Amino acid sequence: MKRLNLGRFAINAFIAILALFILGPIVWLALHAFTSGWTYPHLYPNGITLQWWSKVFLDSALKTAIRNSLLISPIVVLLSMVICLPAAYAAGRMNYFGRKTFMVGIFSANSFPKIGLFAAIATLYYALNLMGTIMGVIIVQLLGTIIYMTWIPAAAFAAVPKNLEEAARDAGASKFTVFRTITLRMAMPGILVAIVMSFLASFDEAQGTYLVGAPNIYTMPTEMYSLVQNYPIQVAAVFSLLLALPSVLLLGLARKHIMGGQLAEGFQLK
Amino acid sequence: MSRESENMGLELRGLKKVLGGRVIIDDLHLVVEQGEMISLLGPSGCGKTTTLRMIAGFLQADEGQIVLAGKDVTNLGPDMRPSAMVFQNYALWPHMSAAKNVAYPLKIKGLSKIEINEKVEAALELVNLLHHKDSRPGQISGGEQQRVALARALVQEPDILLLDEPLSNLDAKLREKVREDIRELQRRLGITTVIVTHDQEEALSISDRVAVMNSGRIEQFSTPHDLYRYPATEYVASFIGSLNKFEGDFIDGQVIPGPGLVGIRPEDVVVSSHYFEGSREGTVQLVIPRGHFYEVVIARAEGIFRVFMNEGIPQTGDRVHVGVKKILRYINGNLVH
Repeated sequence: MKRLNLGRFAINAFIAILALFILGPIVWLALHAFTSGWTYPHLYPNGITLQWWSKVFLDSALKTAIRNSLLISPIVVLLSMVICLPAAYAAGRMNYFGRKTFMVGIFSANSFPKIGLFAAIATLYYALNLMGTIMGVIIVQLLGTIIYMTWIPAAAFAAVPKNLEEAARDAGASKFTVFRTITLRMAMPGILVAIVMSFLASFDEAQGTYLVGAPNIYTMPTEMYSLVQNYPIQVAAVFSLLLALPSVLLLGLARKHIMGGQLAEGFQLK
Repeated sequence: MSRESENMGLELRGLKKVLGGRVIIDDLHLVVEQGEMISLLGPSGCGKTTTLRMIAGFLQADEGQIVLAGKDVTNLGPDMRPSAMVFQNYALWPHMSAAKNVAYPLKIKGLSKIEINEKVEAALELVNLLHHKDSRPGQISGGEQQRVALARALVQEPDILLLDEPLSNLDAKLREKVREDIRELQRRLGITTVIVTHDQEEALSISDRVAVMNSGRIEQFSTPHDLYRYPATEYVASFIGSLNKFEGDFIDGQVIPGPGLVGIRPEDVVVSSHYFEGSREGTVQLVIPRGHFYEVVIARAEGIFRVFMNEGIPQTGDRVHVGVKKILRYINGNLVH
């Protein structure tokens, strides 16, 4: 009995430490975003204020960065869906020569340091006059979403049993109606996971965006570089919270439809 | 040969199907009357499922014609055929409730909401599942899922109902009840029905007629009674029920060498402790209790006889007189009278 309590205590302590480790920095950020100053050796912050928030929302450079991020990421996700979902369907439902090579190839593009890839892209961009343009940033961010938007939906499409589609055909539905009402609908949880992952990949992308976009186009993550150097720490805290907000909102919205195993299942070759 | 037909049931004319370079179905002919319930019976790989999938339209026939309710449907897709299928694993859509599953075909047809509701309720009522209309397939038992699948098929008011191994996923106790329920429903609605099964007991007990299939062809298509008492081929005789088989001919109560084959059903063997006309002596080797009857294994000069007996059961080692009431003679695999 005693041993059991000890074990339970150990587990609870471990969970508490883990929570502190993960949530600690976020709590620290959240507190700093609302304090006028909080430095060693003061135990408490010396005042509560909203001035950093108004600073962020009134600063035109920061506002532009927020606007750019909220404009570019949805476009990237939409384009990624248009390009990748048909490929994912093909990879999930059809068996053709080179299918596995193709899928593993997509993986391999993500297994090298991206900075090399971006440098090569930059030379290409100069030739195509894409340097410093929104289009250029969109294409660079698109690269990071492809792996999510192909692998996870491909597994989701592959997991739809053939005879569920046959049953719908038997019930009088045309091939397109079957795809719309059965196949797509059943693959939707996987596609939702892919959308969330792609959005976050695009929203958080800084390396390529900085290389291609600066100094014309700044998004929230690239703006962070100058923020950390040029503003008080509290402004960076406000900005970090804003950066985390879409992820939290998206995960909250999608939680109902996302099962735990969906992501893990996405990365299997069948 | 006319392309259309007077028969409002099902006609298969010279069907052929090659899959992966192997001939699965070869020159298959079958005529099913309207309102009749028939089974396609055979071991796995005999082509029964392929035949059903061709009738449903999931597979295109390489040769031949399929005529459903008087119309040639050979070149129509599954969505355009007046057939409805109940799949072996039911193939219910897991993201829809039972009622939504049943409503799907009606929605595709473009019926009004009121009409759909009425028909869905009636169909679920028919299979006694109205209380589960808002349940998802994952929340109900296998037997209930099957009834939803049946309701989804019946609500389409098809000219022909196709059932793929309908009882194979149910436990033994439920199987008999569902078998009777399906039969009763089919009789009441008078719907032409084709069942695919590998279970001879199931086929014999549920069908008006049974088509025994073997390597892509129909060996015999007749009533359960004729199939058992007058099996047209040696294959059917061995496949259906038990059979004592001897090479040669049977004359004067004993097997004599010859070119053919003799089959004797266990219940056609007569056993007595005394001599009777045509009997020969044998020794009881084994007595196996089978519930409501006994299986008795008797060794005679020409080989082993298996006998089904109800009374006067001998003991192991007894000397008994064995005679035969009825024999089936086959030459080159075909029944001779």
